[in-house]
Amino acid sequence: MKITKKLTFGILSAAALGVCASSAYAKTDLSLWYHGAGNGVEAKIINQIVSDFNNSQDDWNVSLESFPQGSYNDSVTAAALANNLPDILDVDGPVMPNWAWAGYLQPLMLDEAMLTDFLPGVKGYWDGQLYSVGLWDAAVAMVTRRSTLDDIGARVPTLEAPWSAQEFNDILAKLKATGKYDYPLDLGMAWKGEWFPYAFSPFLQSFGGDLVDRSTYATAEGKLNGDAAIAFGEWWQGLFSQGYAPGNSQDPADRDTGLLEGKYAMQWNGNWAALNTLNKFGDDTLFLPAPDFGNGSTIGAASWQFGVSAASKHPQGASAFIEFALQDKYLAAFSDGIGVIPAKYSAAALTENYKEGGAMAVFYELSKAQALVRPVTPGYIVEAKVFEKALADIADGADVADTLDSAVDEIDSDIQKNRRYGH
Amino acid sequence: MLLFIVVPFILAIVFSLTNQRLMSPNAAEYVGLENYTNMLDLGVLVVDPVMDADGAILLDKNGDNQYPRLRKFTRNNPGYPDVKGMKEWFSFSWGEQKVAIMASDLVFMKALVNTFTFVAFVAPIQGALALVLALLINQPLRGIHIFRSIYFMPVVVSIVVVSLLWRFIYDGQNGLLNSALSTLTLGYFEPVNWLGNPDTALGSIMAMSIWQAVGFHMIIWLSGLQTISPTLYEAAKIEGASPWQTFRYVTWPGLRNTAVLVVIVITMQAFSLFAQIDVMTSGGPLDSTQTIVYQAVERGYGKQDISGGSAMSVVLFLIVLSISLLQRYLTREKN
Amino acid sequence: MLRLDADNPRLRMTVRYLVLTLIALMFVTPLVFMMMSSLKPDQQLLADTSSMRAFLPVGDISFDNYKAAFERAPIGLFMLNSLFVTGITVALGLFVCSMAGFSFVFLNWRGKSIAFSIILATLIVPFETIAIPMLLMVSKLPWLGLDGFSWGWLNSYRVQIVPFVADGLTIFLFAQYFKDLPKELIEAARVEGCSWWQVYWRVVMPLSGPILATAAILKFLAMYNQYLWPIMVTQQEQYRPVLVGLQYFFQLNTAWGEVMAYLTIITLPVLVFYLALQRAFIASIASTGVKG
Repeated sequence: MKITKKLTFGILSAAALGVCASSAYAKTDLSLWYHGAGNGVEAKIINQIVSDFNNSQDDWNVSLESFPQGSYNDSVTAAALANNLPDILDVDGPVMPNWAWAGYLQPLMLDEAMLTDFLPGVKGYWDGQLYSVGLWDAAVAMVTRRSTLDDIGARVPTLEAPWSAQEFNDILAKLKATGKYDYPLDLGMAWKGEWFPYAFSPFLQSFGGDLVDRSTYATAEGKLNGDAAIAFGEWWQGLFSQGYAPGNSQDPADRDTGLLEGKYAMQWNGNWAALNTLNKFGDDTLFLPAPDFGNGSTIGAASWQFGVSAASKHPQGASAFIEFALQDKYLAAFSDGIGVIPAKYSAAALTENYKEGGAMAVFYELSKAQALVRPVTPGYIVEAKVFEKALADIADGADVADTLDSAVDEIDSDIQKNRRYGH
Repeated sequence: MLLFIVVPFILAIVFSLTNQRLMSPNAAEYVGLENYTNMLDLGVLVVDPVMDADGAILLDKNGDNQYPRLRKFTRNNPGYPDVKGMKEWFSFSWGEQKVAIMASDLVFMKALVNTFTFVAFVAPIQGALALVLALLINQPLRGIHIFRSIYFMPVVVSIVVVSLLWRFIYDGQNGLLNSALSTLTLGYFEPVNWLGNPDTALGSIMAMSIWQAVGFHMIIWLSGLQTISPTLYEAAKIEGASPWQTFRYVTWPGLRNTAVLVVIVITMQAFSLFAQIDVMTSGGPLDSTQTIVYQAVERGYGKQDISGGSAMSVVLFLIVLSISLLQRYLTREKN
Repeated sequence: MLRLDADNPRLRMTVRYLVLTLIALMFVTPLVFMMMSSLKPDQQLLADTSSMRAFLPVGDISFDNYKAAFERAPIGLFMLNSLFVTGITVALGLFVCSMAGFSFVFLNWRGKSIAFSIILATLIVPFETIAIPMLLMVSKLPWLGLDGFSWGWLNSYRVQIVPFVADGLTIFLFAQYFKDLPKELIEAARVEGCSWWQVYWRVVMPLSGPILATAAILKFLAMYNQYLWPIMVTQQEQYRPVLVGLQYFFQLNTAWGEVMAYLTIITLPVLVFYLALQRAFIASIASTGVKG
């Protein structure tokens, strides 16, 4: 974009002013954006990290600006357009390639050796370079109660032997037949946005389809509308037409409390919501792997991560902060505070729930064993929106093949317009 | 000062002729009207019914003719370049054949239709209701200003707030509207998922929009009513005019300027329907609440296709411009 | 207006009030629901929506939600920001737009009709559709402030104020109103040697109470309810207005009671502003007298 160049002058002079103003203190200011505004626990931890970092050395002074999560991406997009990005910002894993490709991020100046024992999902690579790294990952599991499965005589699946498609469908039918529940399965349709591709594209992948052809990233034809994808679509539509799962107009409050109140028998939900369930059902709680629809059981990976903006004049300082934040104690603090999965095993050991034998340790295993990142391409943000709409429409009864065709066309034309996004 | 509207709008027109992206390292290129044709292109596809080996037409379960799936023609079929990648908008039977109207951007077409539907219902209903309220409120009754304040109240509440509240009202399971209706009908009323049903979603949003904005237009009507001289009413009374005659020959002519204002303002507001959709339905279910502005924002911002989004804005602008020119022409004529 | 048994004024009165009250109920119930819900714990709030209890202050009533809401977000700051931005814009806007309307109606200058058509046309462009070009523009504008010359308007109050001072609708409203003012009055003033400024300030403005009130309310609402634009241009908490603050309350496991409390808090000042102006509005109609 031409605008970028024209703007450079303005930014340079602004940056120069900033340096002059702060030179009296000998510390260089770094700005940091984080999406946790309104979440007290998260704010406390990130503030702690920032102040620890500022006190630990004499070169940099990080100042934090918090944004509410709901509008965070919009704020960042606007800031990027206006060339007003901070030095360090947090970015949702799958969005990172878009920002990196567009030239709004720069590769991290980190020794990648320090990341060897990190979970694969927390490392954000684009074009062979490390652009972002996360303090945690997230994982999704089928949440239910042992007693619920015992009731209908269903087997408790394991990582090695997940439910097959047939088994899973039978279980849904049996749960429905008990008449005890409003719906057997809560997929979380009330959560719009990124939840759809994050939580549901693994089902599609297990069927053998995908959002885009990952060998070329040039088209979705055959992947998102092939036979496997159509089979997935038919199954997906069936979940709603047979009354197995509440659809698009699910009440957000029911999503939060439906399983706990016994309205739903099973729930497809993230580890961040697991604490509530554990508190309510204790030992009876089960966190199970996704069913295997033919191509293995899989879940999505990559959560929020830290990156350094291309506009930053002090990438060393920015990277130093990220490196500082990657300490086990902070990984553990976030995990204990908001229930996320610590990015590495040594940190997991420090946590209450993810240490060996901890109530949620299974999520760590899930994340390690089956997490698959969403397509690593700048086009992902469009693919995600298109996929979300397609799933919503199919759930509402739209023709499966036509809907997926439309989705493919939209994705392909977007890839064309962007000259294949540099792949 | 209008720099802040005119210049950005001209920029939008420029964008709409390029392949500018919101965020991209690729330089933008001039692409002519490509964004417009991608959006507005229509095609017609005539298909023969499926026949068995003897040439008899196969029937489906309902006894209607069976037709081949259109995706056979629109995808990877060099024989039909005109309808490549298009989607069926609607179709009708023509003898034994089925005629399908195909659109290259089906969602935009639906958004177009929804927007017009919304305007066509909301503008007259809201204008008329507002006038009725204004007449009611223009009576010399004790405490009438209390009612006026109350009727105006929803206007002062942000549309985002209103939309959030009405989600509770329209909720399909235990929404306030369903429980009220079921109480009133002694339980005979079947709960409706107002926003989740393609048949009721747009209507629900219309009702809410009218509820929210009617008070504002009531005030405009009212200020018009109060410019009408009381002597005219007295004269009408002396002549023995009925209330309807009074309204027809005294009130209404005195409201002409106001009427123009009300109609223009409502039409403009209705065409820019966005916040309600964004908060309540995101365009669903099944595109039944897509609107042009929502699509323009979703496309331009959400999907980073600013040129496509700008093209939609320009089309919307042209539509509303021609409608308001028409309105001005029509109101002029009567003079 | 209703034709009822004229011999029974009492019945007629009762019916009128009944109708008025029923309509009033329709308009207030959602707001009552909001206020009542803000006093209830989440679980009860959600359970109550299936009965009339939703509109009554019953059950476990407390101000806990308000306390929690104030802890979650700097509500006072957001309110001040919104009121500041809105107040300045309304004041400047009324002045600028009424002058513009005045010049369109009473003055003769070249290109007037074209300019007026352009202004009418701007009414047609929904803000959402030009937000992005506008963002690109304001991020490059120069500014000469107390702290010297700088580029870019982001993260400031001015970026939330200046673009909205003049708007087509307000100019249009003023122009429509001025057209109906008796021309003789203006002419008389001119003959007596008043400058255009004096005509505007001494003659026209004092007659414009009702339209000023209407335009003020309208502009206040539009400004106070800004959402998309502040998200795009304010990257610092210190400049955020109330509707952006609303996002602070949508977390996983949204606390609906707090949301209701916040909605109530941000709605109240607007109601107060309206009720205050409503008086001025009525008074101004009374003082200017009804003109035919």
